[in-house]
Amino acid sequence: MFKNILLAADGSAHSLRATENAIQLLSEKDSGFVTVVYAVDGSTSKSDVLHNKDSKDIEVKRKEKLKDIFGSLEKANVRHELKIVHGDPGETIVEFANENEFDCLVIGSRGLNRLQSMVLGGVSHKVAKRANCPVMIVK
Amino acid sequence: MNLQAIKKEWFSNVKGDTLAGIVVALALIPEAIAFSIIAGVDPMVGLYASFCIALVIAFIGGRPGMISGATGAMALLMITLIADHGLQYLLAATILTGIIQILFGVFKLAKYMKFIPRSVMVGFVNALAILIFTAQLQHFVNVTWVMYALVALTLGIIYILPRFTNAVPSTLVAIIVVTAIAIFGGLGVSTVGSMGTLPSTLPIFLIPSIPLTLETLMIILPYSLALAIVGLLESLLTAQIVDDMTDTDSDKNKESRGQGVANVVTGCFGGMAGCAMIGQSVINVKSGGTGRLSSLVAGIVLMLLLLVLGGLVVQIPMAALAGVMIMVSIGTFDWSSLKTLHKIPKTDATVMVVTVLTVVITHNLAIGVLTGVVLSAIFFGAKISKVHVTSKLSHSGEKKTYFVEGQLFFVSVTDFIEAFNFKDEVKEVEIDFSRAHLWDDSAIGAIDKVEMKYEQTGATVHLTGLNKESSLLVQKIGGLSKNSGH
Repeated sequence: MFKNILLAADGSAHSLRATENAIQLLSEKDSGFVTVVYAVDGSTSKSDVLHNKDSKDIEVKRKEKLKDIFGSLEKANVRHELKIVHGDPGETIVEFANENEFDCLVIGSRGLNRLQSMVLGGVSHKVAKRANCPVMIVK
Repeated sequence: MNLQAIKKEWFSNVKGDTLAGIVVALALIPEAIAFSIIAGVDPMVGLYASFCIALVIAFIGGRPGMISGATGAMALLMITLIADHGLQYLLAATILTGIIQILFGVFKLAKYMKFIPRSVMVGFVNALAILIFTAQLQHFVNVTWVMYALVALTLGIIYILPRFTNAVPSTLVAIIVVTAIAIFGGLGVSTVGSMGTLPSTLPIFLIPSIPLTLETLMIILPYSLALAIVGLLESLLTAQIVDDMTDTDSDKNKESRGQGVANVVTGCFGGMAGCAMIGQSVINVKSGGTGRLSSLVAGIVLMLLLLVLGGLVVQIPMAALAGVMIMVSIGTFDWSSLKTLHKIPKTDATVMVVTVLTVVITHNLAIGVLTGVVLSAIFFGAKISKVHVTSKLSHSGEKKTYFVEGQLFFVSVTDFIEAFNFKDEVKEVEIDFSRAHLWDDSAIGAIDKVEMKYEQTGATVHLTGLNKESSLLVQKIGGLSKNSGH
């Protein structure tokens, strides 16, 4: 169905479910390509800098966080690359999606109720509303 | 630096920098006032500091997009100096702090910051958060429920408003709403005005009026040293965070020099020592500020607002400021360290907790950091000072081989010597160092001692498997004793 998919992931369980769905969506595994976008916000930046010696260690730690996602992609033999963006997750993911051309954006949903998403802010909802390409929210 | 680079650092993001600078200026005012109150000086001193530092750093800082000003970490270090000696000594200490920081930058010492372990840094920010929080408790003494209600309202607006709109900074809205309630409700709560005077003019150049004697120097030097260390620590940590947020690199030595010059200038213009601010820098980058212009705009807007709206600023209730400071302390605390406390090595957790406790007890971040560094060094020494010695007796029973594993140096030599059994009736003893490393003359001395003791029992000792460095050391130091090096 799709050839070029953008997968928004942060290493959580719901982003892992989204990964499985992204793989399913690829029409041909060999020619398909998945771009994994991981958004690092200000407070994550702060705690990552605080807990790691230098920028190399930070990079290693972030890749480590996403290793299950890369594991699934590798197991399915799907070509992929990682793109780390900085800022508010909702905004930066939308920005990255709209700056580039993707057939589809796949993102996991935390499944928050109304109160939770009011307080915590629903990233997937924000992304679905503002991205120009088709968006698949995985529950 | 060529013209192109200057242009890029200043004017590549004019709109983003200007807007972010205005947002930062609005957030700087309540913090500068609150930090002045923590330090025990007029709000004017902190406001002048934030103005001067933001301005100077805009031009000569090493990390564009980073915001510096009067900070809690620095304010906490000044309390006793101000209480015992007064403002003029603080201004002198601020200038000396700047000079120390300039030297730090000139001699390119930023790279030695790596000797401060991460667990100490985590302890540092957590202790800072706790101190900022506890400094607010004095405002709750002998007050009515009105104070609590206003603080709760401030915090409520700060945390909930961003879910609906990010167009205006929620702290500003909280302060305006609470101030309006206090004024129009005639609540009669204590306000900024009751804590001291605010600036009504631009700061002017003045050399601090203190006696220029050795005695003065001895009074301010300990404070200046602590201020210089803590200021650089927080500034370089903030620079790293901004590096990560913007995915760019920065010149840490240039930043150290810049912080130093900024403090010298601040001291001459009646401001207290300051440094980079983590929270404000994050706000700046989030609001779209990445260039030097945002810091300049922040400084200028801050001063303009004070000159125009000074009459209103004095009416801000302390409850609103306390609320903002509680928000600052919540934002400063590293909550992830609590979640991972049981997962990280026990020694790291201990260092973190001891750093926090030391600061909370001494109220001095510099002492906390030093204690943390020393404790980590001791833990590290203890960890690598474990030597393992195993032995094997030959079939004939005449030769015994000892296998040494680990680092042999002044701490580990006692365990090393105790591992030998000098009562063995053997003719030959071999000590295999192929999995060990000798580090100092204590190691050589210990080997000499073992050799001598075996000599008394009539056994000959051979050393084998020494690596290159170790055998060089044996040749160099061990030349005095007869049996070494073979």
